Amino acid sequence: MRPFEFERASDNQSAIATFNDLRSADIDAVNAQIQYLAGGTTLIDLMKLDVMKPTKVIDINALQQANGNIEFKNNGLRLGAMARMSQVADHADIQQNYPVIAQALRLAASAQIRNMAAIGGNVLQRTRCTYFRDTSYANCNKRAPGSGCAALEGVNRSHAVLGVSDQCIATYPGDFAQALMALDAQVELDGPRGKRTIPFASLHKKPDQTPNIETSLTPGELITAFNVAAAPYAKRSLFLKVRDRESYEFALASAAVALDLDNSNVRQARIALGGVATVPWRAKEAEAALAGNKIDDVTAKRAADAAFADAKPREHNAFKIELGKRTLTRALLQAAAMEVPT
Amino acid sequence: MTDGTPGFSRRNFLATSAASTMSVALLDRGARAAPTPAQANPREPLKLTLKINGRDRELSLDPRTTLLDALREHAGLTGSKKGCDHGQCGACTVMMDGRRILSCLTFAASAQDHDITTIEGLAQTDGTLHPMQQAFIDHDAFQCGYCTPGQIMSAVACVKEGHANSDPDIREYMSGNLCRCAAYPNIVDAIKQAAPQMKEG
Ligand SMILES: Cc1cc2nc3c(=O)[nH]c(=O)nc-3n(C[C@H](O)[C@H](O)[C@H](O)COP(=O)(O)OP(=O)(O)OC[C@H]3O[C@@H](n4cnc5c(N)ncnc54)[C@H](O)[C@@H]3O)c2cc1C
Ligand code: SF4
Ligand code: FES
Ligand code: FES
Repeated sequence: MRPFEFERASDNQSAIATFNDLRSADIDAVNAQIQYLAGGTTLIDLMKLDVMKPTKVIDINALQQANGNIEFKNNGLRLGAMARMSQVADHADIQQNYPVIAQALRLAASAQIRNMAAIGGNVLQRTRCTYFRDTSYANCNKRAPGSGCAALEGVNRSHAVLGVSDQCIATYPGDFAQALMALDAQVELDGPRGKRTIPFASLHKKPDQTPNIETSLTPGELITAFNVAAAPYAKRSLFLKVRDRESYEFALASAAVALDLDNSNVRQARIALGGVATVPWRAKEAEAALAGNKIDDVTAKRAADAAFADAKPREHNAFKIELGKRTLTRALLQAAAMEVPT
Repeated sequence: MTDGTPGFSRRNFLATSAASTMSVALLDRGARAAPTPAQANPREPLKLTLKINGRDRELSLDPRTTLLDALREHAGLTGSKKGCDHGQCGACTVMMDGRRILSCLTFAASAQDHDITTIEGLAQTDGTLHPMQQAFIDHDAFQCGYCTPGQIMSAVACVKEGHANSDPDIREYMSGNLCRCAAYPNIVDAIKQAAPQMKEG
């Protein structure tokens, strides 16, 4: 690991102020020379691999008090970014009223990692693409812009089929982000240029021609919270995750589904897919295909077909199209059958 | 800016030599200039106090040192094991303020002001084993034993968190600890024995 300067921030303002003399606003926060340290389960891992190379690390764990609260407000839920994955997953009110959030977190990583990782760090986790993580491969446009992509013709079984480009096909690996996507969450930010709130859906960027740019965060922008409205579809929501082993494994395909039903007809469906796409993937075509219909084997399958209509498989990952469709179909049927407390 | 190569060779040097971090830092300072004059020297060792198993330990550590390396290489507590060093196996599991975490993905510097408990701190001072340690022996819940300290720390936490109420529950909440010898069924049995004893105790 390369040397770095270590600081512990005592409050948001002092954490943000460390970025004041950083002159690189053109890059995205994940590539900045200064990195915040929350649970460290992405950052330290990738620093050991020489993939992330910050010269300064700002430990923000002391901000747990200020930014770690879980609050229920009259019109929704506010999740402080420093809340740990396990705190949110184990929260009885979240399990009941926003099940997709609790489930996505409970099915992620391990008990130890969920105790360490903060939900703010969680949404900024980096791809598990082997060629990205292993610097002995020269060709990775995400790690070294312009160097090519070893995965296009390499072992790409775990790679994405949606949102891909000819520059990068790396899968967004997380689970929780899909829940936030399905529930239309907002992200509260504070940074060197002040506070702003952005839709969660605009946080991650598809690779297109610049796979090194992953988010719309500028260096120093601190995620302080996620806001989720108490929408009618929040209670009838779930997360289904399919993977190579039953636990402690990333998704091959996952679906976050939230439904608002009117006598079993779909008033509104919200769907986000994981494991199959380069970013947390909102399946709008599938949502549209369901609107006004009753959910049954036929309509669910039709929606799943719509979700993957534009899928672009490579040599080893074509199975994800069928797997992704079946995952979404099953998730929709299960969500429609849920008994929802009133 | 970064200059990787010296960092790498130095890391090997650190890992393989018995020299104190202090003398290493002095060597560095003599050999090379600070990267940017305005910045504090990132090679300066940090003086840390870590509270491990109830005892304060003063350590002088390179900021890159993980809690796992601090425990094993600097505090002489080799019970916590390094399996993967990347969060993928659980062998390095310790408690921080009573919650299980991975010491390989925690910087020692971040562990300041927290209570660290390692496998060495589990038994009573008179040597009486923790019920979980005894249960692992009673049920042969290991073969080579390499994963065992991590398994036991994780198992204690699993019970305390209330996640040891059924076999599937135990398996799910112990999935962060891999066992290459596949002692899994015996580990589940050990946890089932220790869980009620821990509640009494
Ligand atoms: C073996 C293993 C298995 C895993 N399995 C899964 C899985 O199945 N599903 C899943 O979803 N995840 C999984 N993960 C990933 C894990 O969930 C993430 O690493 C973790 O959530 C990241 O959170 P953290 O607090 O540790 O982030 P850190 O590593 O501390 O930070 C990650 C990044 O976010 C930045 N950052 C952190 N907090 C903030 C903030 N508040 N504002 C702005 N920037 C911030 C940091 O600067 C850094 O760039 C796994 C990880 C491992 C090691
Ligand atoms: S898929 Fe993306 S991350 Fe993986 S090697 Fe190609 S460019 Fe790099
Ligand atoms: S050594 Fe820490 S998880 Fe493997
Ligand atoms: S006992 Fe050998 S790895 Fe678990």
